[in-house]
Amino acid sequence: MNALSSPKVPKTKGRGEPMVWFTGMWLSFGLLMILVLLTIIVKNGLSTFWPSPVLQIELVENSDAKLRGSTTLAGDVKKEQIRTTAGESGEPVPEIQLFTGNREAYNTGFRYVVESDITSREYPKDIIRAERLEYGDMIGYPVRIEFADETRLESTSKEFPEALRRMVKEANERRDKIEHIEKDLIGAINRSMEKIKLNRRGWDKAESIPEKDRLQMDAEQAGLQKEYEKLASEARELRNLQNANRLIYRIPTGDERTVATGSVVDYYYPNRLNIFQRVFRFFARIIHFIFEDPREANTEGGIFPAIFGTFVMTILMSVVVVPFGVLAAIYLREYAKQGPVVRAVRIAVNNLAGVPSIVFGVFGLGFFVYFMGGSIDSLLFSERLPTPTFGTGGVIWASLTLALMTVPVVIVSTEEALVAVPRGVREASLAAGASKWQTIQRIVLPASLPGIITGLILAMARGAGEVAPLMLVGVVKLAPTLPLDTIAPFVHLERKFMHLGFHIYDLGFQSPDSEAAKPMVFATTLLLIGLVIALNAAAIIIRERLRRKYKTGAF
Amino acid sequence: MSNEPAEDSATTASPALPVDSNPEYIKVRNFSFNYTPEVRVLKNISMDIPENQVTAFIGPSGCGKTTLLRNFNRMNDLIPGISHEGTIHVNGREIFDPKLEVIALRKRVRMIFQKPNPFPKSIYENVVYSLRIAGKNNKSLLDEIVETSLRGAALWDEVKDRLHESALGLSGGQTQRLSIAHAIANMPEVLLMDEPCSALDPIATAKVEELIAELKSKFTVIIVTHNMQQATRVSDRTAYFYLGEMIEMDDTEEIFRNPKHSRTEKYITGRFG
Ligand SMILES: Nc1ncnc2c1ncn2[C@@H]1O[C@H](COP(=O)(O)OP(=O)(O)O)[C@@H](O)[C@H]1O
Ligand SMILES: [Mg+2]
Repeated sequence: MNALSSPKVPKTKGRGEPMVWFTGMWLSFGLLMILVLLTIIVKNGLSTFWPSPVLQIELVENSDAKLRGSTTLAGDVKKEQIRTTAGESGEPVPEIQLFTGNREAYNTGFRYVVESDITSREYPKDIIRAERLEYGDMIGYPVRIEFADETRLESTSKEFPEALRRMVKEANERRDKIEHIEKDLIGAINRSMEKIKLNRRGWDKAESIPEKDRLQMDAEQAGLQKEYEKLASEARELRNLQNANRLIYRIPTGDERTVATGSVVDYYYPNRLNIFQRVFRFFARIIHFIFEDPREANTEGGIFPAIFGTFVMTILMSVVVVPFGVLAAIYLREYAKQGPVVRAVRIAVNNLAGVPSIVFGVFGLGFFVYFMGGSIDSLLFSERLPTPTFGTGGVIWASLTLALMTVPVVIVSTEEALVAVPRGVREASLAAGASKWQTIQRIVLPASLPGIITGLILAMARGAGEVAPLMLVGVVKLAPTLPLDTIAPFVHLERKFMHLGFHIYDLGFQSPDSEAAKPMVFATTLLLIGLVIALNAAAIIIRERLRRKYKTGAF
Repeated sequence: MSNEPAEDSATTASPALPVDSNPEYIKVRNFSFNYTPEVRVLKNISMDIPENQVTAFIGPSGCGKTTLLRNFNRMNDLIPGISHEGTIHVNGREIFDPKLEVIALRKRVRMIFQKPNPFPKSIYENVVYSLRIAGKNNKSLLDEIVETSLRGAALWDEVKDRLHESALGLSGGQTQRLSIAHAIANMPEVLLMDEPCSALDPIATAKVEELIAELKSKFTVIIVTHNMQQATRVSDRTAYFYLGEMIEMDDTEEIFRNPKHSRTEKYITGRFG
């Protein structure tokens, strides 16, 4: 009894307690930062697609925010903030930022307005917001449609809404048709022409072309030319039709302006939508963003090519990095004699992960693009030189560069997984008369698969978000074609490609109007994060299935 | 531990054998073994193990029974730094002969481990593993072998309805019998069993013991055991090891009734060990 109550008994519980709080605090701090970052990205990324109402304001006569001398201004409110005025007094001034659209009329798309300058606010029901092929969005009041035959339809008339809807729909259909003609049909003709030309060049080099072949080629070429002209004129006609009908609208500052209905992609009345219509439009815009091609130097439209490029590059990288890393790890762990040399190699491999990624980019450019690509060109595509085929940046070289960069991650996790396979199971296999390789192949590798996939997940997470090395080995701002398509041989690994990470950099820091590009930057960031999460989730699901299958649980 | 290896400590008595069996099926002569140059684990062992009989190895822990067993199919090859002296012949063939294929030896001399290690595969695939790696994939042949091996290991009735389920779901006793089925599937000549019952309950132990008695008609069996009753129940001959030396080897009945060495007597009567 005495001993129990003695003060010499150390209070084991009380001592560590402050450290619990201390360590926990740092974890919470880290989590908080990540949460803040994600919240900002998700909020800004998603609000890009939300069709907010358009506010119209009247300004005081001497306001700085006046546009084109008018005191009326309309747009959707992007930001409400308190700015501290310059100078010694430093008074706080509340202000709002309006997205005004009509970039071609205002020379800007955004306007800061000091709250005290505003005399009245309203949400006009008739105001229209249209997405155009050029100059971003239009915000204004429809006035009338002027048809090609000089007839007019005033916006006050009953038929006006239906007519506008129909015209925009027709224009969109015509645009798809033009694209089909120009991209697919004319593209196919161009490829055939190119083939004949290369053929000719090949003949020229060897000897003169036999008369029979030359005539046949001439005839083919002439046939293609004729077909081309027919299609081109068809496209030209359609293009003219696109500009035939015009929508006259009045911008909030007062002037009337004109837009060809052929350049209106979509339009809506932002102040007439009910909540369901708003939500519907929100999702429709997200879908468009994901599945459409970019427009206007990437600041408008969708980012499908960048998503697709990132996806293809990441998958290709995985296909390369897994066998590469796994085989290297097998040698290192299973075959090599463990000793100082192997330990040194292991340390070197680990340190490879710390080399700045741009260094890998430079290596990729020198080794893959110039050396390997150049060699492939001179061996297989010499007739096209000096135009490089593989000897320039391309998705294959980007994938290989990233594979090289991420291979240490796969090696390290594979080694860990190999070590974790119990010795008893290996011995049981060897005792059954299996060779070392049979044991690795049939017992050790299947049991290590979950660990290998963990390595792949880490590699993908690192590779998919990497930008710097890609700029040297094949990423471009705008790629005319995708690395996979329906034209034989379907997989075009030599093609340049677009990438979400580079897209973010390019939009946010290289575009002339960074304010206009900001929503796209956030939306693209959100998508990149989403894509990486999706790829990882897929890998994790596969890993869990394997784990359940093998039930070793040793990882 | 004695510094000098004892000389000629093994005295080989003439065994009572089935008529056509080879009394020197496994022939060990002056065999010594080291894991590292400093530690000598087996000292100058000479012994003969007869064909188609059950031979038990007994002795206190750490005396080298497992080490010797693992030499019979050269499982110790995997450990770096080992060295040996002397010879071991299996069925007339020197197993340390550099020309001998270790893989072929391991197919003939099958090891069943103290702790069963089923592969993370189905029961079926566990049984046919050694056939698959030998390149035998004929389905009807494999089906037949699975049934005969599992029957041979007295496991068939318990698992016949779940052959394609994971082997990791079996109980300890079933798993040990599965490793026996796995071991006999490809028709080896010798079965090496290292304390096969040490992790089993009495009922499972009885089953495995029954099985061993049947197995000897087809295979030469060596079993390491710490259980004296088990040794008397299943084995024909018994060898007693102590600190890396083989002290005495004789017919099991003889050794338990009338041990020649006082150390052996102390051990088997439980006064020491
Ligand atoms: N892989 C090894 N490396 C070094 N020493 C070992 C190894 N395996 C066993 N030994 C040693 O060899 C001796 C004999 O071990 P073992 O053959 O397992 O004995 P038993 O099976 O009779 O209990 C022990 O002293 C043990 O410590
Ligand atoms: Mg042992």
